[in-house]
Order: sequence, then C-alpha cells, then structure tokens
Amino acid sequence: MPGPFAAFKWEALLSDWNVFAEGFGMTIAVSVLALLLALVLGIAFGMMGTEKSRLFRLVNRCYVELIQNTPLVIQIFFLYNGLPYIGIQLPIFWVGMLGIGVYHGAYAAEVVRAGILSVPKGQFEAAMAQGFSYRDTMRHIILPQAKRLAYPPLTNLAVNLIKNTSVMAMIAGGDLMYHADSWASANLYYGPAYVVTGLLYIAICFPLATYAKHLESKLEVSV
Amino acid sequence: MSDIFQVPIFLFLLQGLRVTLTIAGAAILMSLVFGTILAVLRNHGGFWGHLAAVYIEAVRNAPLLLFILAFRFMTPLPPVYAGIVAMTVFETAALAEIVRGGLKSIHKGQWEAGATQGFNKIQVLRYIVLPQAIHNVIPPLVSQFTTIIKDTSYVWAVGIEDLTGKGMIIMGRYTTAAQVFTLFGLIAAIYFVINYSISCYARRRHQRMAKAIY
Repeated sequence: MPGPFAAFKWEALLSDWNVFAEGFGMTIAVSVLALLLALVLGIAFGMMGTEKSRLFRLVNRCYVELIQNTPLVIQIFFLYNGLPYIGIQLPIFWVGMLGIGVYHGAYAAEVVRAGILSVPKGQFEAAMAQGFSYRDTMRHIILPQAKRLAYPPLTNLAVNLIKNTSVMAMIAGGDLMYHADSWASANLYYGPAYVVTGLLYIAICFPLATYAKHLESKLEVSV
Repeated sequence: MSDIFQVPIFLFLLQGLRVTLTIAGAAILMSLVFGTILAVLRNHGGFWGHLAAVYIEAVRNAPLLLFILAFRFMTPLPPVYAGIVAMTVFETAALAEIVRGGLKSIHKGQWEAGATQGFNKIQVLRYIVLPQAIHNVIPPLVSQFTTIIKDTSYVWAVGIEDLTGKGMIIMGRYTTAAQVFTLFGLIAAIYFVINYSISCYARRRHQRMAKAIY
C-alpha cells in the first residue's frame, strides 16, 4: 500500500493546482472584504462603547457579548440555513463575508473601545475647548492616538479572521479549505492536500502574525 | 414553539452538549499543560526553544479545521478522540503564546531572588515564576477557553455530533421559520450561557484576587 505522502499523489495535486488556486483566491477575497466589514463594525460599535449615553453602551454590550459568546459555525449556519426560511437567500460569498465580518467585528469593537479608553480624557476636553466638533475630535485627535494601541491586536485579529474563513468549507463555500477537502476526499490523497493547504494559510498568516509581534514590541519600547 | 420545548429534544441536545464539553474540557486541560511546557521552552531559548517556536508558529497560523480534518481522515483514531487530539494540537500553540506573554511579564529579579534562596531553576519556575505568570494572563487565558468551547463546533465538519451537530440534525425535522429560528436561538443560548458565565466568573475572581494582592 502506498504511503499517505506517496510521490504520485503530489503529482496529482500538481496537475490540479488550479483547484487550489481558485480556493485560495476565494479565501483571500472573503478575508479582505470580511476584514473591512469587521473594521467598520468595530469602529462604529467600539465608539458606541465609550459613549456617555447608556443606550449606546447597551447596544455595544449586546453586540459584543451575543456575538463573542456564540460559535461562528452557528452564526454561519443561521445565515445559510435559517435566513432562507424568511425568504432571504444570500449567495454563498455573502454568507461568508457577512458572517465572518460580523463575528470578528465584535472582537474589533472591544479592541477599538480599549484603544479609545486608553487616550487620556484631557485630549478630548482640549479638542472640545479648541472648538472641534465631536466628529472632528474623534477623527483627528482620539482615533489616531487609539490606533497606535489598537494596531497590534487588530493585526492578530486579521490572522484569526483569515483562519476562520475555513468555516465556509462547512457550507460548501468554495474557499481554500473546501476545495482542499473535496479534492482530497474525491481521490483520498489527504496527505499532500492538507500539507499544501496548511502551507498556503501559513504563507498569509505567518507574515501578518510576525508583523503584529513587531508592532507589539515597538509599543512596549515606546510605553 | 411547543414542538421544540420538549423533553426528548432537550435530552438529545444535552447529549451533544456532553460531547462538546468533553472535547473542549479535554483539549483545554491537555493544551494548558503542553502549552505551558512549550512556553517555558521557547522562553528559555536554545535548540528546544527554537523547536518550540517552529511548532507554535506553524500551528497557530493554520486553521483549526485543517487539523480536525487531518486527524479524522489520516489517523485511525475514533472520531471523538481525533477531535480531542486535533484541538489539543492546535490550542497548545495558542495557549503557549498566552503563557509566554505571562512569563515575559515576570521581572528577572524574581529568578535571581529565587536562586539566592537556594531554589534550583525548576523550583523557581514551579513555585515562583509560573504562578505569577499564569495569574497575570488569566483574562486572555479564560477568553481563549471560551474560544475553545465555541470552536469545538468545527468538529461537526467531520460528523462528530456535538451540540452544533445534534442541533443541525433536529433542524432537519422542522419546516417553519418560527421553529427553525427558535431552535437556532436555543442552541445559541446554550453556548451563550456557558461562555458568558465562564467569562463573568473569571472576571470577578480576577478582580477579587487583584484586590487581595495589592
């Protein structure tokens, strides 16, 4: 019996490289768009979490706690299997992007909130005293300072987001993991398929994770 | 509504919850032990430290689902064991990085003070450095525990009937929007209650311990 990593299995994978390339492209596309969505949600809900208004803070808490304490898999299944019952049939790409974006948006919101809270209150008061509107204060004074502290955890969040796009494999989402798994279970060449898939994920995630560490160490020095 | 809130359905979901908690609990315990060992090695440096670093970086930059598929289809382990091993292999890397963060937060003077008191290196680590290091990273550690409980739902991808799996199996019996939404809400609520109570408990404990020390 040939071993799990026999040479002919690698050759088969090499000749089907476009299957993996297609999945890889899908994974990158979903990751980028979901990350954008997560950042937008994170900034919006993170800012709400620092508001004086109790209503805003309640909205922030509900979003963060509800999303962070339930599994991504359930949320994705809900979008994919649940929403059609009320007539909303999202394309698979949208299910992935929305589900993954909203899930990581809750983590981004906590990072942004912590970043804003780390900026001394005097900065806010000084900007107001100079006649800045609330929007301009946030945009030009508070968020740029909050960004410095938020960057390293947000970069780590991007790594987790990319890894979690693999959840799409569970709903036949056409991403890298889905293609790898269906290719492998069609011809039973699991070994090469999983090794190559792992390396492709590492190829994107490792540089990002290393960059996050670099940012963290820079922050430690400056603080 | 009433066709979902029935005893047999709860019992069915409870079976799934048992699988979820078994896999998550075993993975948490084992990866905490292995993760601490890897963290100490990486923190120490040298050949074994480099090896630990390679393991950590390779594993934590690949998705959990990959390990679940690989251990399910490439090893002869029974499904639940494959799930536990896959999750342990993956989470060991995550927990190692968290514990290492704690180790780095301990001042060098602690090592030196321990040494002057006649402790050997292992004893300093065991009785002085590790307890403080772990204490310092309890919040990220606990949040990783809840992530592990949530991520256990990935095992349904290989047909292990955890809470998510059992939920999806019953889902097939219902046809109206109200029933399906209620069932989704019920499953989500079970996960929520578990994870939320863990994080609240940890937050309170940590605050009380912080007060007791300072």
